[in-house]
Amino acid sequence: MTGARVTGAGGNGPLLKVENLRIALQGDGVTFNAVENVSFEIGRGEAFGLVGESGCGKSITALSVMGLLRRPLSLGGGRIVLDGEEIQDASAAEMRRLRGKRVAMIFQEPMTALNPLSPVGRQIAEMFVLHQGASWREAMDRAEEALRQVRVPSPERRIRDYPHQLSGGMRQRVMIAIALACGPDLLIADEPTTALDVTVQAEIIDLMAELCAAKGTAILMISHDLGLVANMCNRVAVMYAGRIIESQVADAIFATPSHPYTRGLIDSLPRLGERARRGRQRLTEISGVVPSIQAYPAGCRFNPRCPAVTDICRTTVPEATSLPADGIVRCHHHG
Amino acid sequence: MAEQLLSLDDLAVQFKVGSMLAGGIKTLKAVDGVTLDVKPGECLGLVGESGCGKSTLALAIMGLVLPTRGRIHVGGQQISGDKPPDRMEMARTVQMVFQDPYASLNPRQTVRRTLADPLRLHGVGDKAEVEARVIDLMAKVGLRPEHADRYPHEFSGGQRQRIGIARALILKPKLVICDEPVSALDVSIRAQIINLLLELKDEMGLAYIMISHDLGVVEHVSDRVAVMYLGRIVEQGGWQEIFEDPRHPYTRALIAAIPDPFHRAAATVAGAKAKGEIASALNPPPGCHFNPRCPLKADLCTVETPLLGTVAPGHLAACHFRDRII
Ligand SMILES: Nc1ncnc2c1ncn2[C@@H]1O[C@H](COP(=O)(O)OP(=O)(O)O)[C@@H](O)[C@H]1O
Ligand SMILES: Nc1ncnc2c1ncn2[C@@H]1O[C@H](COP(=O)(O)OP(=O)(O)O)[C@@H](O)[C@H]1O
Ligand code: SF4
Ligand SMILES: [Mg+2]
Ligand SMILES: [Mg+2]
Repeated sequence: MTGARVTGAGGNGPLLKVENLRIALQGDGVTFNAVENVSFEIGRGEAFGLVGESGCGKSITALSVMGLLRRPLSLGGGRIVLDGEEIQDASAAEMRRLRGKRVAMIFQEPMTALNPLSPVGRQIAEMFVLHQGASWREAMDRAEEALRQVRVPSPERRIRDYPHQLSGGMRQRVMIAIALACGPDLLIADEPTTALDVTVQAEIIDLMAELCAAKGTAILMISHDLGLVANMCNRVAVMYAGRIIESQVADAIFATPSHPYTRGLIDSLPRLGERARRGRQRLTEISGVVPSIQAYPAGCRFNPRCPAVTDICRTTVPEATSLPADGIVRCHHHG
Repeated sequence: MAEQLLSLDDLAVQFKVGSMLAGGIKTLKAVDGVTLDVKPGECLGLVGESGCGKSTLALAIMGLVLPTRGRIHVGGQQISGDKPPDRMEMARTVQMVFQDPYASLNPRQTVRRTLADPLRLHGVGDKAEVEARVIDLMAKVGLRPEHADRYPHEFSGGQRQRIGIARALILKPKLVICDEPVSALDVSIRAQIINLLLELKDEMGLAYIMISHDLGVVEHVSDRVAVMYLGRIVEQGGWQEIFEDPRHPYTRALIAAIPDPFHRAAATVAGAKAKGEIASALNPPPGCHFNPRCPLKADLCTVETPLLGTVAPGHLAACHFRDRII
């Protein structure tokens, strides 16, 4: 990581503070809490990871920070503070100003975010025109430079390509160029490499980490892949069924996972090199299935699958317990 | 040497793509001269990036696409371009488990019908025997008897994959091709299915071809591993050779690309990363297909195609520098 960290306008304090976030999901006559009690902080220039299985609420947490929740989802409570400023009640116009300039986001499938009818260079240039008042001519030059920075080969030609003419990896590079165009303080990356092959994934992750470190941009990295996130982030929070159940420094989460779910996940994955060291061991299974939002269990939501479950787990939601180095765990019987 | 269950002999599958109007018709070499064996009871891991030809290879072995060149021997049958397989006999020899169990199951058929139909079609036993075999196999894959009358949508993803596995096994095949069998499942469910596949393999004496992009899974389940790149096998060998002593730069790049939260020995991965992306199968680079991305590339690599050469008995690599240790 870089030693020097940029300090934004808000001075000290975290860049992003999410406090007791609750996201309501309006069903037929009932409201579910798709996310509840979610709190985390991201420092300036820090890479923070949010990990969990599909459906646990990672994407909607990110969308709420972007002010992009749409019906049937809505903000049910909590505070979102960006650089000292509360933005959870910001108007649509204010949020539009923040997006791109202060906070930018990239998605798993860049095709959904790119305009299929517009050359990619123009889509990057648009950011400079809209947010920085650049002329189109100047903006196009800067777009070419931006493509070079994300290491698209022959940017002077690629600038005229339409999204469908590019590979998945090249499209994601274009998305990164658009997202970083105006030098945002925070880049939210929601499963940015899930659709890509592993060697391409490795390149895109290196690129993101390098560019963000150079510009002092903080990253909120979202993925179902704990290994990927732990590798690139300073700190990691693990979500399960709409709640953060553990958060630790990245190395510590693998060395000393504290929540039975985190431990179960780490133990259940076949690790490269393990078989050569210890021979083939039966994988440790996590029993049962991920609950659906309509059927989240009472108490600790992991309780029907947990090997350490007791009566209190079925009735009482566990409070956050502190772990070393600012970590927390929510489990009545944490390790 | 044990009798082979499956032998591929210089297998090639080509597709004609494009149209006469737009740019003309081109030949896409999806599988380009693959020679490979699988013994009874053996698990062969097959890895490589999307588009490298893994699924086409699987479909050819299933007899669902015909070879353009070369031959497939599977069980007692020989398949070639002018000799399509006997479908009924194939179904009793090779079966497939797909990535997306939902898409591969008929939504209007109960589990019982899904499993019983193939038995009836193949005239296996009377009504009572069919029922007994269905219930017995359901138990083996971890489904309860009362699940028999339910439809696919009533199950979770993991249970649907159990149904998909049961359907593949109901005719007691000798070889099962698993094409990314856990990638569509919740992470916390994957271990259940991997354990199940390994148990069934031992119990029923199955051979597997395990296609997966998850190298951790491949190392865990495979006896031997083959690495594909743009239609060709670029390295094959025992699981330990492939993962502990990889000799093709592409194999090394794949291993180096896996995020390593446990800080694996740096030796195999240092300087091994690949540049850029896989080329189009319509227009592969001359010489070694991997050369534009390769950290070891030399002039020779752009003109001469490296053949699979022996590193050690049973360990082959198609790289001009397969003996160069890094
Ligand atoms: N537009 C929507 N309408 C209804 N439910 C939604 C919508 N978006 C998300 N959800 C539900 O909210 C929960 C969290 O979703 P999401 O944040 O997308 O999960 P993740 O990104 O962790 O996979 C899921 O149960 C999902 O089904
Ligand atoms: N039916 C088909 N017609 C034309 N091209 C095909 C067809 N099936 C596969 N291909 C092409 O063959 C190559 C190999 O595809 P595939 O076997 O699906 O790869 P993998 O399973 O390794 O991702 C790809 O370039 C793909 O686009
Ligand atoms: S033959 Fe050359 S280009 Fe191909 S893998 Fe070996 S070193 Fe790399
Ligand atoms: Mg998501
Ligand atoms: Mg495939």
